[in-house]
Amino acid sequence: MTVISSAPSMRPVSSGGTSLKPGFADPVFDAQGVFRASLVATAYPGRIVPLDRTFAAPRPFSPATAALCLTLLDFETPAWLDRQAQSGEAASWLRFHCGLPLIDETATARFAIVTDPLNLPRLHEFASGEIEYPDRSTTLVIQVQSFTDGPDTTWTGPGIKESAGVAIDGLPSWFWSDWDLNSELYPRGVDVIFTCGNALMGLPRTIKVEA
Amino acid sequence: MSAGTTMNHSDNGYNFAYLDEQTKRMIRRSLLKALSIPGYQVPFGGREMPLAYGWGTGGIQVTAAVIGPDDWLKVIDQGADDTTNAVSIRRFFQTVADVAVTESTEVATIIQTRHRIPETPLKEGQVLVYQVPQPEPLQKIEPRETETRKMHAYAEYGAMQVTLYEDVAHFGRIAKTYDYPAIVNGRHLMSPSPIPKFDNPKMENNPAIQLFGAGREKRIYAVPPYTSVRSLDFDDHPFEVQTWKGSCALCGSTTSYLDEMITDDRGSRMFVCSDTDFCNTRQAEAASAPDDKAAGEDA
Repeated sequence: MTVISSAPSMRPVSSGGTSLKPGFADPVFDAQGVFRASLVATAYPGRIVPLDRTFAAPRPFSPATAALCLTLLDFETPAWLDRQAQSGEAASWLRFHCGLPLIDETATARFAIVTDPLNLPRLHEFASGEIEYPDRSTTLVIQVQSFTDGPDTTWTGPGIKESAGVAIDGLPSWFWSDWDLNSELYPRGVDVIFTCGNALMGLPRTIKVEA
Repeated sequence: MSAGTTMNHSDNGYNFAYLDEQTKRMIRRSLLKALSIPGYQVPFGGREMPLAYGWGTGGIQVTAAVIGPDDWLKVIDQGADDTTNAVSIRRFFQTVADVAVTESTEVATIIQTRHRIPETPLKEGQVLVYQVPQPEPLQKIEPRETETRKMHAYAEYGAMQVTLYEDVAHFGRIAKTYDYPAIVNGRHLMSPSPIPKFDNPKMENNPAIQLFGAGREKRIYAVPPYTSVRSLDFDDHPFEVQTWKGSCALCGSTTSYLDEMITDDRGSRMFVCSDTDFCNTRQAEAASAPDDKAAGEDA
């Protein structure tokens, strides 16, 4: 009964006269394919991992951001959206397809979806987990302009054979110094998955970055 | 089960790979966190699977969350592809995921294993899924999880070193031969599952993704590629792996892990590779090029 009463409130969310964008065409195999890409991205940080399928993403999400959300988020994962992500059709799209609670506090978010990285809150404002449960930390999904056109950085750590050269564009100037502070919390700390267009790049907390 | 049945996720009453999508998402999130904290045991909502605890329910859940229609699955038990546990798990995934299976380590994209790491070196992108009975390396020292969790939190691993020292005091050497504890990424003490210590060095700097699932204990952990995995030891009693005087009776290998087989009632025995794919491949190579084999063995 409650389902019926909540349904009409879902409908009018089609903002700007356009209807809600669809989710995965094939929820099982699309989610599996995108998860496998995110597994590879997390296991081999610093590599550009393209998705082998594309999606009609809601503004302001890129296809990779949208696909990652559909793959990993559900009612168990309170998520925080930055202001730009809240402004578009993405918030209602996420609520509908993932059924997730969108929250205002960064400190309790399991996921944070960032489409405007220049206005990213400082990394210590997100959940860094507990010392006995370091897995209970925020995973940040940060949508960036480019993986190759930004300032050069050198990554080392588990999953990287020797070192990886990465040039992510559009991050705030303090990002890599905050990342150093994040590594000092280890095994606590936040993890990041960068998205750009239709590709992913993982940055787990174990990775040391020389900017 | 009948041959030729095309199972897909829409018609047989089961979702693709048996688990429902929400369960897969939960396991997938745990897997990503496990890779982010190498060796740390991530609690997960382990589901009841259609086989008993102790038969690989954790490994199956991890495999089910990772596997896709394009994968090639290999399942081994003690290195062998044709043992009961391996055959039934392989058949399970053929039934619920209609996935291609193989016995070749080279061809496989996902290898689910009980108690061995294949002899053939793994490659980037391959996923090795371990079935883990007891994920907590400190469990025999401290049965309370409230305590072991603190020991992991503060890297208090002296008690494990003392246990190994007691071996040295009693026997003159570290007597542990399987499930040999290792420090991953210089931080977390990890049970490598009951693999022989012979396999411990293969975990270090392995190009493949190593995932561990413990179904009864509901824990997932991981070793990312190219990660340090240091087996515990002492300066004056360094870590050593098992060695054998002989070679495999079937393929002649002197570098693989050998099982001792009793062949009659009078104590006759022989040693054979525990990794059946490795042994069969070598036998096939030897059969096709007998001269090369002789030359290779002299070298």
